Amino acid sequence: MKTREIAEILSAEMLTEDNPAIDIRSACGSDMMSDVLAFVKDQTVLVTGLTNPHVIRTAEMLDVSCIVFCRGKRPDEEMLEMARERDIVVLSTRHTMYVACGLLYTHGIVGCESTRR
Amino acid sequence: MADVSILETFDVERGAFETAGEASATIKRTLKRLGVDVGILRRVAVATYEVELNLIIHSLGGRLELAVDENWVRVTSRDRGPGIPDIDKAMTEGYSTAPEDVRTLGFGAGMGLPNMKRNADDFSIASEVGVGTTICMGFKLR
Ligand SMILES: Nc1ncnc2c1ncn2[C@@H]1O[C@H](COP(=O)(O)OP(=O)(O)O)[C@@H](O)[C@H]1O
Ligand SMILES: [Mg+2]
Repeated sequence: MKTREIAEILSAEMLTEDNPAIDIRSACGSDMMSDVLAFVKDQTVLVTGLTNPHVIRTAEMLDVSCIVFCRGKRPDEEMLEMARERDIVVLSTRHTMYVACGLLYTHGIVGCESTRR
Repeated sequence: MADVSILETFDVERGAFETAGEASATIKRTLKRLGVDVGILRRVAVATYEVELNLIIHSLGGRLELAVDENWVRVTSRDRGPGIPDIDKAMTEGYSTAPEDVRTLGFGAGMGLPNMKRNADDFSIASEVGVGTTICMGFKLR
């Protein structure tokens, strides 16, 4: 699924430039980066309510190319710049994490647990 | 990848959250430049990030070392203490002594050591209380 579609499904604002090359298959929703590091696999969108630079670092390690900040959270400009440098697309939605993940799930985006190594 | 031999070291200080992940990101970039497969690259990056975070959160400071030959990527972490009293307990998913402020940052779920072991093809840990902890992780290139 394209990041553009994810933005539409979540009524989300895109805070960086889009990258049409990204193809998302699965999602991981958590505020615990430790859990994210244990579960994320390939072509995953990260849904989180945590806004600190470690979120971008964690995404970088995992090759996560799209992050959705939920509950209306917005990363500051420094974080957005970090994301741009790493070619990560950043979205912000007003939905809670539960609803954001539910919406993605009903549109065919699966969870990460099935792909855990 | 033939005949490649690389050695890089990174000092990681206790409490250095500002720069957390820089060593791991540098290692990831080095390996990417060498043409390491993306799947292996991600496993190395995740395991290295976990071990780097542990140096920052739990150790008194230490050093990461990257070594690459034609068959293996090896990442070694050595620290100056305090050491781990019960390694079996530390290796259990969910066990963490991380303080509350670390949890607020999104870490300290007690998944790090098991995650390193899962991602590496070869994993060993040795620790002595009052001396330090050494963790060796190997990733097979072929
Ligand atoms: N380098 C280290 N020095 C001392 N203790 C450590 C070190 N690495 C890990 N530990 C201990 O092992 C526990 C489990 O580590 P880990 O699985 O990475 O979980 P977390 O970092 O989330 O606590 C830590 O909470 C800590 O008590
Ligand atoms: Mg840890």
